[in-house]
Order: sequence, then structure tokens, then C-alpha cells
Amino acid sequence: MCPSALLSVERLSKRFGAFAALDGLSLELAPGEILGLVGPNGSGKTTAINVISGVYTADSGTIRLEGRPVGNLPIHRRTRLGINRTFQVPKPFKALTVAENLEVAAVHSNAGREDIARHLDLLDLSPLADRQALTLNSAQQKRLDLARAMITRPRLLLVDELGAGLNPAELTRMAQMLQEIARSGVALLVVEHLLGFLRVLTSRVVVMDAGREIFEGSLEAAAKDSRVIDVFFGH
Amino acid sequence: MPRGVWFSVGVVLLFVVLPFVYGNHDLLFSMMMYLVLAQGINVLFGFTGYLPFGYVGFFGAGAYGMSLAILLLHFPPFAALIAGAAAAVLVALVLAPLLRLSGAYFAIASLAASEVLYYVISNPHLTSITQGPYGINLAAVYDSSASYAVMVAVLALALGMVVYLRNSRTGLALQAIREEPVSAGFAGVNVVRERTRAWLMSAALAGLAGGAYAWHVSVFYPKPVFDLNISVFAIVFTLFGGVATLSGPVVGTLLLYGLYNWIGISQPQYFQLVFGVVIVALVLFLPNGLVSLLRRVGANVP
Ligand SMILES: Nc1ncnc2c1ncn2[C@@H]1O[C@H](COP(=O)(O)OP(=O)(O)OP(=O)(O)O)[C@@H](O)[C@H]1O
Ligand SMILES: [Mg+2]
Repeated sequence: MCPSALLSVERLSKRFGAFAALDGLSLELAPGEILGLVGPNGSGKTTAINVISGVYTADSGTIRLEGRPVGNLPIHRRTRLGINRTFQVPKPFKALTVAENLEVAAVHSNAGREDIARHLDLLDLSPLADRQALTLNSAQQKRLDLARAMITRPRLLLVDELGAGLNPAELTRMAQMLQEIARSGVALLVVEHLLGFLRVLTSRVVVMDAGREIFEGSLEAAAKDSRVIDVFFGH
Repeated sequence: MPRGVWFSVGVVLLFVVLPFVYGNHDLLFSMMMYLVLAQGINVLFGFTGYLPFGYVGFFGAGAYGMSLAILLLHFPPFAALIAGAAAAVLVALVLAPLLRLSGAYFAIASLAASEVLYYVISNPHLTSITQGPYGINLAAVYDSSASYAVMVAVLALALGMVVYLRNSRTGLALQAIREEPVSAGFAGVNVVRERTRAWLMSAALAGLAGGAYAWHVSVFYPKPVFDLNISVFAIVFTLFGGVATLSGPVVGTLLLYGLYNWIGISQPQYFQLVFGVVIVALVLFLPNGLVSLLRRVGANVP
């Protein structure tokens, strides 16, 4: 295990029935680092986020945050230790207003009122503060997911397909936001299909297939790797 | 002043004053009883999304807890009332694992649990403890006005609980859990603990109502205090008025229970018809209850 790692995941496995969604995945992530996680549909990217964040418990393997095992903690405990995430399909509190959505996270992580206003601002949500979350479009709901995660002051942020469905201007803005977050020292695991979007953020990627890592290195090298080419275009 | 305080004070004062000008105190008493039960359903369903068809089980546990504390332990009525609430909370603790179930499974399991409780209590083999099928007789401590006053206090507590939930971080956390439990966890909410707390609070309200009811009627059989209709009424009144609000369950109970007493008792067949139509219309046109109509026209209802 690398001593400077914030997150270290070793040989993580997760089965659904007989199907292995994760099959021995290992990852390391340092503070302020952005790691891209790519792979074809169904390769286990979302499952990796679900297991690291506590939505599912792994069948085997370890998850450590600064060396401390967190793999058996419930979601809110991991959140308090600094792990947070967004969802591929956003999950806001639909009947609550945008501001109330953030308030829930603020009061349970000892953030103040001014933090709510600041995060609304940071993610361009201030004009929507009093709208019910269910009236937001998908891009806005994604930013709300991100704001809710950020207000808990995460040290590790797992983002799942934040780019999908955004227009080019929104993509540029989202990339800026993620870069700012990383600059403040937060480690980011970015699951992404849009490689152009990912290239702006980072050069280091892990490529998954069938629940396993098949490549780790730069995006450029990945594009030339025969196994990567094979899983993306082979079948 | 938190929102809803004046509304609550108004409702409580209404039931303090009405007995002086309106003779049917038993109706006033059952009206209060349903107001409490409706708010109890509101605490659970409105704030966490769990719909307990077996809610009457807590009411029955409260009625029996109160009665047995008097008959077996010779508690004075007020202490016995607390014992009734404690009995309901105890049942809720035992049933807390049901909260792992979702949707219809939870509704049905809670219903089954209340039936089990009924069969245990009315079991002839337990007659020496629970009086079994022969029912309870508290004639020795019967006090119509003291038990009425107690129900007023329980009503005040129920309304206060909802005012608290509508204005507190606990209430906000519960609504977040109802909307999206996984996201609530990522907002730092201890989902299991908050849910359990709402479940216990809701059970305590039903237990207090059951205890006050037992004292008020003094003589009762097990069947009526475990009657599924009590759950159904409280649920329909709450949904009709509007959940997760303070005023919704109050408005729903006053209107529908008023209607029930106006035509339901003399002409039950028409009542069933009207009740059925009301429920269907509600589900179709006003899924968020009557007070959502007032909200839609811009009124600021508590
Ligand atoms: N809760 C679940 N129950 C059963 N199977 C599941 C569950 N969650 C995921 N799977 C399966 O595990 C595999 C991996 O799913 P996962 O969502 O992790 O893929 P992904 O890499 O995120 O795909 P995508 O790019 O389409 O989002 C899929 O075959 C999926 O059907
Ligand atoms: Mg996915």
C-alpha cells in the first residue's frame, strides 16, 4: 500500500447472485488526485462506487481511507469520515426545495447557513434555491447531487457519469468545478463515458472490464492498448 | 414562534371550550382520539413514508398497558397512562426490524403483527393476566372528565410533536429519508436511527391515545381496541387532509369523522358510499390531500 494514498482498495469483489460485478478490483488514490474510471457498459464502474461509498457491502476485499478499514461502516459513517458521491441517475430529495436539500446535509455535517449559500453559488444553483428539486432538469439535479456531497466537506468524491446529458458549455463549466474541487485537496474518482471530458480533467485512468482492471496508465496509452481496444471495439 | 403553534393552540382550546357548549362529550372525545391517531400516522407516514396498517396494535397495547398497570400493579391512572405508552413503545421496539421491509410488505407485516398481539391478549389461557376475551373493567377508576382532560393533553402533545418535526432538523432529516434514503445517508443522516425514532414516537402517541381511551370507556373487550377500522380511519383521515403538514390530518379528521357521525351511524350504507367516493376522488385528483388545494391557491397553511 502506498503511504500517501487517501483511498486504497484491494481485491474488491461483489457478486449479484452468480454474476460477479466486481472481480478483484484494486485502486489507489492520493489527496487532490483525479483518477478516471472507464469501461464498457456493465463493466462494474457504478458497482465500484456503490461498494466504496457503502451502498453495497463487498463480498471480499478491503477498502481503506488513510489506512483505516471502512468497508463495514454504514453510509452515514463513511460520509462523516469524508467519503461522498454523486449518482448516475441523480437522487435529490424531490419534494424538498434546492436549499432544503442542502440544509439536510449541512445540519448533519455541522456546516452553517453560510455554507449553504456558498455551495448554492459554487454550483450555479442560487437562482433555483426555492424551487422544488423535482422541477429541476437533469443537469441541474446533477449539480444538486454534487452540491449536497460537497457541503459535507468530503476528502474523497466519487462521481458517476456527471458529463452525460450536458451540453458543451455545461461540460466545460462542470470540468472547471471538478478541477477546483480537486485543487482544494479532494481526491476524485471520475467514472465517465465521455473521454473528451475526462481528458480535460486527468491523464490517469483505470480501464475496467467484467469487474476487473485491465489497464492503468495515461488516456493516450490506453487508446493504444490492445486489450482496451479489444473490449471497447472488439465485440 | 415556530410555524403552527397558534394553529395547535387553537385546536386544543377548541376541545377545552366545546364541552361547555356541546353535550355529546363522547363524540368530542373520539374526535380527539382520531386527531391524535391521525397525527401519529402523519409522524410515521408523512415523515418517513411507512404506512402502518397495523397501527391500531399500538393503540390496543396502550389500552391494555394502561388497564393492566391499574388492575395488576395498582398504578394510579396517570402513571398507568405512562405505562400504556411504554407498552406501545415496547411493542414498537420489538417490531422495529419490520422497518427493513419496504412498501406493501411493511404495511402487511405491521397488520399481521397487530393481529398477533390481539390473539395473544384475547387468548383465554391468559385470562388470569389479560382477562382474555372477557375484556377489561376499570369501573373503579372511571372518571369521565379527568380522562377527557388527559386526552386534551395527549392531543396537545401530538400537535406539538408535529410542530417540532415541521420545524426541526429531525423532521427535515425524516423527510429526506422518505424521499431518498440512500441520499439521506450521504447527507450524513443516520437513517436507521431516525426512522426508528419516528416509529417509536408514533407508537407512543397511539399508546397514549389507547390508554386515555381505556380510562374514558372503562369497560371494553379486546376486539374494539384492536379493530382494523381504527387504523384505516386514521390513515384515510390523514391522507385526505394531507400528510407531512400539521393542519392536513386535523382538517381530514374533523371533516371525515364529522361526516361519519352525521350520516355514518344512522345510515351506514350511504356513509360507505360517500366514504368510498371520497377516497377514490382523493387518490385521483388530490394525491397530496385537501390542504394541498389551499397551497395551490397560495394560502400559507401550517
Ligand atoms: N443491484 C444489482 N442487482 C443485480 N445486478 C446488478 C446490480 N447492480 C449492478 N448489477 C449488474 O452488475 C453489472 C455491473 O453494473 P454497473 O452498474 O456497475 O456497470 P457500469 O460499469 O456502471 O455500467 P454503465 O456504464 O452502463 O453505467 C451489470 O451487469 C449490472 O446488471
Ligand atoms: Mg454505471
